[in-house]
Amino acid sequence: MKFSDEFESRFAEMVPHYPTKRSALVPTLLYAQDEIGFLSDEVIAEIATRLDLTELEVRNVISYYSMLTTKPRGRFNVQVCTNISCMVRGGEEILHHCAKKLGIGHKQTTADGLFTLEEVECIGACSWAPAAQVNYDFHENLTPEKMDRILDEYKKKGTQ
Amino acid sequence: MADLVSHPDEVKVVSRRFGQGAANIDRYLELDGYKAVQKALAMEPDAIINEVKNSGLRGRGGAGFSTGMKWSFVPKQSAKPKYVLCNGDESEPGTCKDRLIFEHDPHSVIEGVMIGALAVGAKSGYIYIRGEYRYLLEIMQKAIRDAYTKGFIGKNIFGSGRDLDIYWHGGAGAYEVGEESALMESLEGKRGVPRIRPPFPAVVGLWGGPTVINNAETLANVPHIILGGADWYAKLGTPKNGGTRLFCLSGNIAKPGVYELPMGYNLKKMLYEVGGGIPNGRKLKAVVPGGASCPCLTADEIDVAMDFDSVAKAGSMLGSGGVVVVDDEQCIVKFALRTMKFYQHESCGWCIPCREGTDWIKKTLVRFHAGGGVKKDIDNIQYLAENMLGRTFCPLGDAAAMPTIGFVKKFRKEFEDHLDGKPCPYEKEGAAELSAALAH
Repeated sequence: MKFSDEFESRFAEMVPHYPTKRSALVPTLLYAQDEIGFLSDEVIAEIATRLDLTELEVRNVISYYSMLTTKPRGRFNVQVCTNISCMVRGGEEILHHCAKKLGIGHKQTTADGLFTLEEVECIGACSWAPAAQVNYDFHENLTPEKMDRILDEYKKKGTQ
Repeated sequence: MADLVSHPDEVKVVSRRFGQGAANIDRYLELDGYKAVQKALAMEPDAIINEVKNSGLRGRGGAGFSTGMKWSFVPKQSAKPKYVLCNGDESEPGTCKDRLIFEHDPHSVIEGVMIGALAVGAKSGYIYIRGEYRYLLEIMQKAIRDAYTKGFIGKNIFGSGRDLDIYWHGGAGAYEVGEESALMESLEGKRGVPRIRPPFPAVVGLWGGPTVINNAETLANVPHIILGGADWYAKLGTPKNGGTRLFCLSGNIAKPGVYELPMGYNLKKMLYEVGGGIPNGRKLKAVVPGGASCPCLTADEIDVAMDFDSVAKAGSMLGSGGVVVVDDEQCIVKFALRTMKFYQHESCGWCIPCREGTDWIKKTLVRFHAGGGVKKDIDNIQYLAENMLGRTFCPLGDAAAMPTIGFVKKFRKEFEDHLDGKPCPYEKEGAAELSAALAH
């Protein structure tokens, strides 16, 4: 199992921050997922070994956090918020629009592996609603037309 | 990067450095940065605690507990190390203020954690930032690195002979982790299931050591209190509600944004003068005054001072400062359903009333909103919610129940308008399609 140098240096920096090794688990899992795309059996086994945990303990934690996934996702994870502040400003419309444009539903991935669509809970963009995140990037004050342009740009990026 | 707004009624304390480039440590120093912690280093711990107590600063995460009091509960002597933990797991729907603090003024949070650590005798502080806020975690990582490079944190800070370390920590998506005992579990690398109390975190917290947990906005206020003095800060607000508050205006409002207004600012004025009123020629139907977990106020109930005690007297909560405005074209049943769908999604399932209650109410509301409701459902929804109240380990159960009870009590007629197989009368698009989207 090989991670990038960046991952390794961050991991090495993080572990001594805590009196127990396992405390580094949640951020480590997310950084590993960012690199590999999802938390594969191999990643889970590796992180369990590094932090002196059983694989079951690691899986138990993964299943709690909504950002962590053991299933592969598209290169761009389109996360549309439909919680109250976004909903009253058209968040559902944005979600439906993405579903139609991408031809996929909640937690589904396009056949080319570029996009996954996800309806998410509040992402902290309430005053700039409706909003979505594509991977970690915030896109705010959305309209269907603006969302089109955003998705087109990611598609261009992904097919280059 | 979220847009900033401003209004002449604002009193900028926490937001003073927003838009000033203060994430850069040298710029922060030009703007009085790291002066408060140096002042605090010359103070006795009890003097720091008293200053914060006298300022009337109350927890900005939602509960509104006196910050100085919270600090005073930490035992002076402890065999185990003590900790300060900054709660930056901002995830109460309607709340987007800590995001701006982390983006524009991360050093103020670091300085707040440092002063808290000096007050309670901790040698380590942790700043927990929710996983979705990756760019903010990166800003914070750089801020912490820069503060180490300058020698402001680490060994022998400011030549005082005292050591103080500050660390960052990232979450991975969980509303419940915003509850303080769940936050500690998460930081310890576990599922964010809340702990039973007592013992309280001030006595047995992180890794068994006494721990102070404060919201990011709360901590960002502390340096200003130390520099400006408790009296100055207290006088900005109302009695027992010191200072200002970052109010996140969202929903059906003309000028949404995060505004820093004095505690006790009138809600009606906030909506119509600061927020520019309700756009598109519509009227106000309801407002959620402090994030999704707070019971809504109707259009007739908004002449209220926005401080903890006045909003509580009005039957709701000041909560986390998330003011969500709902106009007369929105359906309250659907709003209640979306609120409950959130809590059902976030319930960890540890306590049965919360796990079963949120799921049952959500399913009832989905059916109800689609036109499949019967009269008995309305009382049932209220009954279920009332039976969740106070019967769970953590406040998530209450957070789900309180707004639901409010919706049913204050908008019973809207529920009745959905009866007899009627599709939602408040929506142009019809409920069926939307309910399908909400049902998963």
